[in-house]
Amino acid sequence: MAVETQLPYDKQYVTEYSEKRNEPSWFKDIRLQALEQSEDLPMPKLEKTRVRNWNFTNFKHDVAGEQIQSIDELPEKIRVLLGEDVENLIIVRNNDVAYAKLSEDLSNQGVIFEDLFTAMNEHSDLVKKYFMQQGVSVDENKLTARHAALLNSGIFLYLPKNVVVQEPIQVVFWQEDPEAALYNHVLLVADQHSEVTYVENYVSDNDEEETVANIVSEIFALDGAKVSYGAVDNFAKGTTTYVNRRGTVERDATLEWALGQMNDGNTISENITNLMGDNSLSHAKAVSVGRGNQKQDFTANIRHYGKASEGYILQHGVMKDSAASIFNGIGKVEHGATKANAEQESRVLMLSDGARGDANPILLIDEDDVTAGHAASVGRVDPIQLFYLMSRGISQKEAERLVIHGFLDPVVREIPIETVQKQLREVIEGKVY
Amino acid sequence: MAGSTLEIKDLHVEIEGEEILKGVNLTINGGEFHAVMGPNGTGKSTLASAIMGHPKYEITKGEVKLDGEDVLEMEVDERAQAGLFLAMQYPSEISGVTNSDFLRSSINARREEGDEIPLMKFIKEMDATMDDLEIDKNMAQRYLNEGFSGGEKKRNEILQLMMLKPAIAVLDEIDSGLDIDALKVVANGINKMRSDEFGCLIITHYQRLLDYITPDHVHVMMQGRVVKSGGPELAQRLEAEGYDWIKDELGIDDETVGQKA
Repeated sequence: MAVETQLPYDKQYVTEYSEKRNEPSWFKDIRLQALEQSEDLPMPKLEKTRVRNWNFTNFKHDVAGEQIQSIDELPEKIRVLLGEDVENLIIVRNNDVAYAKLSEDLSNQGVIFEDLFTAMNEHSDLVKKYFMQQGVSVDENKLTARHAALLNSGIFLYLPKNVVVQEPIQVVFWQEDPEAALYNHVLLVADQHSEVTYVENYVSDNDEEETVANIVSEIFALDGAKVSYGAVDNFAKGTTTYVNRRGTVERDATLEWALGQMNDGNTISENITNLMGDNSLSHAKAVSVGRGNQKQDFTANIRHYGKASEGYILQHGVMKDSAASIFNGIGKVEHGATKANAEQESRVLMLSDGARGDANPILLIDEDDVTAGHAASVGRVDPIQLFYLMSRGISQKEAERLVIHGFLDPVVREIPIETVQKQLREVIEGKVY
Repeated sequence: MAGSTLEIKDLHVEIEGEEILKGVNLTINGGEFHAVMGPNGTGKSTLASAIMGHPKYEITKGEVKLDGEDVLEMEVDERAQAGLFLAMQYPSEISGVTNSDFLRSSINARREEGDEIPLMKFIKEMDATMDDLEIDKNMAQRYLNEGFSGGEKKRNEILQLMMLKPAIAVLDEIDSGLDIDALKVVANGINKMRSDEFGCLIITHYQRLLDYITPDHVHVMMQGRVVKSGGPELAQRLEAEGYDWIKDELGIDDETVGQKA
């Protein structure tokens, strides 16, 4: 099978799409420039994963999603993802927002939580300032450029200064149409000393049909802000995913990532956190399960610019069948980031002989006065642990289940909404057994 | 008939090709407490692990039978379900699984489906047993052995013993790493188990534990065999005089076996 490498979408299509979305002209210009750049830019540079035969071009770009009045109209499989009594919720269905709710209280405090296409008109100053300017650049690679050119979904979340939101804010991206592509952008700006917990779910059902997910999240935690970001990616086998989550953390600010990377298709996942400010802090925690013959490339990268900045990477992956995954953990300390602490741990648990897993710990340090450490391992379920559990009468299967559950739990338990956590456990259960 | 019987006959065990047990014979009946003593490196822990089916040990000869059933043919979980229990010298740490969930799964694994222990009954029993063993209540919700001190791990083994109520238990150096107060607490727990329905094989390096748990039979291991058996008075003589007199009596120079020699 010949794999197309050029997009079947041209300048005219992108122009018309932008007009249909009523976008401001500055945004249309970003798209058109990105489209042009996308032709010559290289694919993301991956050390060990070959993406030449992956599908990046076969998909339906513009698929409407039916509005709903109440979450009761959602099918069970989507409803179970919702937090109990979630006050602040957006449901994206294919490429449209089908449902949106923001509590009056938050809205009165100036919190903005809406469709990116609405935001680029109503809050153009903010979107213009942050959209693919300081976080991810349009021209990083072919896929970031395509992302900007073909953006068909997006969320904008803004927390004004000093606004502390207790209850989590949730978005569910439901790709109901099995061929619908998702070019989705999440732009989250937490202004100084604000606090927020955001959780997103990606879901699709396309085991047979092919499509593409191209996701960029840009998170800005300004001075003193605290952002907790949870995600469960659960695209079905037919979706090729490129997901690029980027954090910018300013002085005294915190960004906590908890990512459940449960896609069944080929996936490139890049999670980069720039610790710009002094005393900035980030935990980048991620779990994944590989099965079938899917190939995945995970990068967790924390770059230290601020003094006394602290970055902790923790990646745990379980590989079964003939799945192959690369886990890159990168801690980079820039010159001048004195007293920085860069720690990382990447562990891969292999459940079959045919599976492959590589953990690549990398520390790049351009400063003397720092602390850093890394741990990496690839191995089997520990037979001594199994012996211990089985010696109490627990079957081998159940013992393995407990060990795997425990292996993934340090990340799963960090997922902010309890129902999402529970659902992630079920997804893991479904994938591992 | 009261209780179960564990019969060990001419047991030979290898680890990585090296013979550690060279023909062990022991019979433990319900209602009996046996102590296996001996200096370090004489095969005591190997005996404990081999009975339970530790993956590193290979049985090359001999038999282990529980009420006539061939234990060596059973998987590890089947041995537990048949009524065996091993309190380990170095219990594994399992992250993400709470002590209480683990214990409940273990109890239910030995019961029929549909006959699981009611949650309230379980909690009550666990609370009471933890009180007996002077275990901090928050240990129920901590991950299994994760970050436990040596003493906490040992108490946790005995907590499991008391909750699971096996027919025959093997306690592998349950006293090591315990201070005298903890030792008394653990010994009290084990003494509480005493009944015609319960047999116990206590493996210990020190006489100390036997000050608090009186064994009915005492066996001394050297060179991978039981070289001497007797009653409680044997333990007392060992405490007073050490092991040298046995070595002299039997003409043994080096009592150890395998790599530790």
